[in-house]
Amino acid sequence: MSLVKVDDLRVAFGATPVVHGVSFEIGSGECLALVGESGSGKSVTARTLVGLTGGGARVTAEELSFDGQDLTRLRERGWRRLRGGRIGFVLQDALVSLDPLRKVGKEIEEVLATHTDLPGAARKARVRELLASVGVPEPELRAGQLPHELSGGLRQRALIAAALAADPELIIADEPTTALDVTIQAQVLELLAGIKAEGRSLLVISHDLAVVARLADRVAVMKDGVIVERGPAGEVLTRPEHEYTRSLLRAIPAEHTKGTRLSDTAPPARTAPLTGAAAPRRAAGEVVLRARGVGKSFGGRAAVRDVSFELRAAETLGIVGESGSGKTTTARIALGLIPPDTGAVEIHGRPWTRGDRAQRRDVQVVYQDTLASFDPRHTVARILAEALAVAGVPRARRRERAVELLDLVGLGAGQLERRPLKLSGGQRQRVAIARALAPSPSVIVCDEPVSALDVSVQAQVLDLLEDVQRETGVAYLFISHDLGVVHHLCDRVLVMKDGSVVEEGPVGTVFSEPAHPYTKELVAAIPRLAAA
Amino acid sequence: MKTLTFIGWRLLAGVGVLWGAATLTFLVVHFTPGDPAEAVVGGEGAAPTPEVLAQVRAEYGLDRPWYEQYAAHLWRIAHGDFGTSYRLHTPVTRAIGEQAAATVELAVAAAVTGLILAIAVALATAGRRRWRGPASAVELVAASTPTFWLGIVLLTVFSFGLRLLPSTGGQGVASLVLPALCLALPIAGVLGHVLREALEEVLDEPFIVSARARGLGDTAVRLRHALRHALTPLVTMTGFWVGALLGGAVVTETLFTRQGVGRLLVSAVNAKDLPVVLGVVLLSALVYVLVNLLVDLLYLVIDPRLKEAA
Amino acid sequence: MNRIGVWLAAAVLAVLVLAALAPGLFTGQDPLAVDSGATLRPPSAAHLLGTDENGRDVLARIVHGTRASLLLGFGAIAVALVFGGLLGLAAGLGNRLVENVIMRLSDVGMAFPELLLALVVITVAGGGTANAILAIGVANIPSYARLVRAQTLAIRRASYVEAAYALGLPGPRVILRHVLPNAVKPVLILATIGVGTALVAGSALSFLGLGTPPPEPEWGSMLSTARNFISRAWWYGLFPGLAITLTVISVTVVGRALRLRSEGRTG
Repeated sequence: MSLVKVDDLRVAFGATPVVHGVSFEIGSGECLALVGESGSGKSVTARTLVGLTGGGARVTAEELSFDGQDLTRLRERGWRRLRGGRIGFVLQDALVSLDPLRKVGKEIEEVLATHTDLPGAARKARVRELLASVGVPEPELRAGQLPHELSGGLRQRALIAAALAADPELIIADEPTTALDVTIQAQVLELLAGIKAEGRSLLVISHDLAVVARLADRVAVMKDGVIVERGPAGEVLTRPEHEYTRSLLRAIPAEHTKGTRLSDTAPPARTAPLTGAAAPRRAAGEVVLRARGVGKSFGGRAAVRDVSFELRAAETLGIVGESGSGKTTTARIALGLIPPDTGAVEIHGRPWTRGDRAQRRDVQVVYQDTLASFDPRHTVARILAEALAVAGVPRARRRERAVELLDLVGLGAGQLERRPLKLSGGQRQRVAIARALAPSPSVIVCDEPVSALDVSVQAQVLDLLEDVQRETGVAYLFISHDLGVVHHLCDRVLVMKDGSVVEEGPVGTVFSEPAHPYTKELVAAIPRLAAA
Repeated sequence: MKTLTFIGWRLLAGVGVLWGAATLTFLVVHFTPGDPAEAVVGGEGAAPTPEVLAQVRAEYGLDRPWYEQYAAHLWRIAHGDFGTSYRLHTPVTRAIGEQAAATVELAVAAAVTGLILAIAVALATAGRRRWRGPASAVELVAASTPTFWLGIVLLTVFSFGLRLLPSTGGQGVASLVLPALCLALPIAGVLGHVLREALEEVLDEPFIVSARARGLGDTAVRLRHALRHALTPLVTMTGFWVGALLGGAVVTETLFTRQGVGRLLVSAVNAKDLPVVLGVVLLSALVYVLVNLLVDLLYLVIDPRLKEAA
Repeated sequence: MNRIGVWLAAAVLAVLVLAALAPGLFTGQDPLAVDSGATLRPPSAAHLLGTDENGRDVLARIVHGTRASLLLGFGAIAVALVFGGLLGLAAGLGNRLVENVIMRLSDVGMAFPELLLALVVITVAGGGTANAILAIGVANIPSYARLVRAQTLAIRRASYVEAAYALGLPGPRVILRHVLPNAVKPVLILATIGVGTALVAGSALSFLGLGTPPPEPEWGSMLSTARNFISRAWWYGLFPGLAITLTVISVTVVGRALRLRSEGRTG
């Protein structure tokens, strides 16, 4: 018998419908995954099951039931018994999902106090048991700490422990691994699999098909508030029937996608040769950026130690590592924004020199959070004009060149008068790339440029980066935590850990025959689709 | 240990601020146009003889070089000697001391009333669509109403209209009600607004959704999780409410003809009685420093994360 | 805050500014004309808001008092903005030493309540409208210095400023083009709201008899005299205070709406 039954669920916020007619069932001990990109309505659907759709939401359904109980008629008191008691809810990003001012143990104890009759002392003992059961070492110590004193992985475990505390039949996990490093991600997935093995039902919400592939019995793919495809996980992921599912799967960058296009966009068919700003200037193979023994400490802590590399024209060098590995500091040193304590970075054989504008123009940057990297008052036209002015383009020609640049990144002149806030994430990233290209640099440092994007938009931006490189011969220093992306895009890769480079080489070699134990661990942790 | 270091640093900073305040009062005395000796003897109309002036100068050390005067000034202040009132011819500390109790009574009553009102209204209305509109309108009006006018309105209605409460001070607890309300309402308006906005921000946080998903009721979520976070902005507003209370006390005491430091200050300003004015101002700086210290400690309790940062 | 409220507040402000510039448009009566035969008369057709203890028309005095009252609020904030702004910019853009000196000084300044600091200035410099403006302005310098510094520092660290440096824009141009405009705007908006509190503080000085001296009409000093007639003339104590409150509400509503808009939220 099905534990959860949803038939023709519709949710609207004011006049805006976000879920229109979703139906699914979750059987006892079964794991269903709702997969979709942002705005697909997957999180709203999940929250409806615990009555936390939010203020102003209008929820209707033919049937919405949990264990035979009609949820559409439930009052607040009934919801409270359900939430935490019979349905455990794990939100994404445990850093913000645990009260930062309360001890971790208290958060778990709260569930026990609400849903069980355990006396105080027994609750404390149970909290320790729960923490131990989700693999938190030293549960006694951890229970007495505040969330920020725990690592991301431990926080996520604590959050799962809180969801499990009252022994619920169903666990809903909303993007349970999104903010985690890849090795931690693998551990959390394993933990969730264990919970399923205990006979609990699981509803996993994710944008990441590969994450889902490890856990789900059945998969439902959502797009724009409807389920476009559903079926057993193996089938949906290997023999997708709906076009959207297929394009989603194709868009995931990985080893096997190297050299292929991820998105449906065609490469630009440019007949006229590129002129001016976008024209290729460097011969392939020439070393454009060289780091020699670069080191940097902040307040006595070494962030980067003895890092050396070479970047050649028309080449993409990836730097991978988990949070705190020093990859972003390395990027900022390469950019000349912070001086290294030891060693030096040379651009065309010359070390960074203060006040040398030509050199400054030669190395550009694209950030992860592009919205923050644009002056909020400026229009796209002004953003590009400023960059072109730096490049010495006369005022009269700037607009024309701005249009050229936009064309190069697949945007029309119609975007010129818009402000960044009004652009979509993908469009913003294109404008950022156009701005970086304006002074015709030899190198663009890309700091996690696709990490905040949905997989289909990410695919378009990655394709664009390849197109631009082919046409202009620009070199990329590509910082990412996502090994799939790096494998897809990069020619060579540096693996960083605790500020040092532990391994480097061509991507194929490093990822297929990792030499360093850390690289081995990283590669093993990459979530893979069954098909790959 | 870390907490102790933190307290140590805050104390040191407080002493620094007081030192700066004392220096400022010295500069004011030094650069005020006119001869301080004449002011001591009794203002412009007194026409003292040159001998008397010379005697006063010697007595007050006004003939010494500035650095000696400065050192003497700091030394006296450190010992609680704020000089002698030009007008009352009594030590400033005594003049203030006689009035302090009444002002403390008023300020504490108003602070407690204002804080309770602000927290209660914010907790009850934050994020509740039906209530937040009217609540924010009331807060806006309260925060925009000048204390002295609010007092006139309260007097018109409650003292002269309904004859419920006395219009002047010195008549027991009943005479404290109107002044305390008058002082508390505008402050409650501002604090209530800030608190409600903070609460609404916190109530949108994922950890609140998390707490709800654990089966917690709305009241429990507000009291156990949200309130603590929303108190943080109140801490950063210490300067505002201490200033509003002390400044408001000056106006309120004048309006209700109550005893107190505020009225002492106004008559001192009118009489150009600089030592008393500076004494009161220095004292208010001391109060500010002490309250700030207490609030900082409270903040450590509210947000234990700061213990490491400190 | 709904749209109608914001427009209403803006309309009130427009009327106030007009009354300050051309009081004759709103009243034909002379605010200083004494009529000993018509003292403390309640509102009537001849005197819409009644008369005061000297038989002067309360409405005329409120209308003619707009200029002095608004001047107190706007003038004081202008003083605070100019000096506080310069100090804040120096602290935000200057080196460590400059920053430390300015910030420690402002720490000291912050320890004095606004009104008390203003009273010190009045004790030294004497009363009157100009000195009241100066006094309230000076008392607000420390907080504006802090505000401007915090804003400048936040924007200096903003990612788009780094992006501008990375692009190769010279330092002074980054500050002029990106840091200053983005730092100034929120400060100006907060200053709008500050005008309300400064106006209240200024009229409090007048209320204490230390601001605009009688018989010149000013809302705070009107209330100061009205206080003596509370039991006999409710209108005298009511309307000038209503004018202050309405002004402060309007300024606050408009200021908050501007803030919401500039932060990209709807007002």
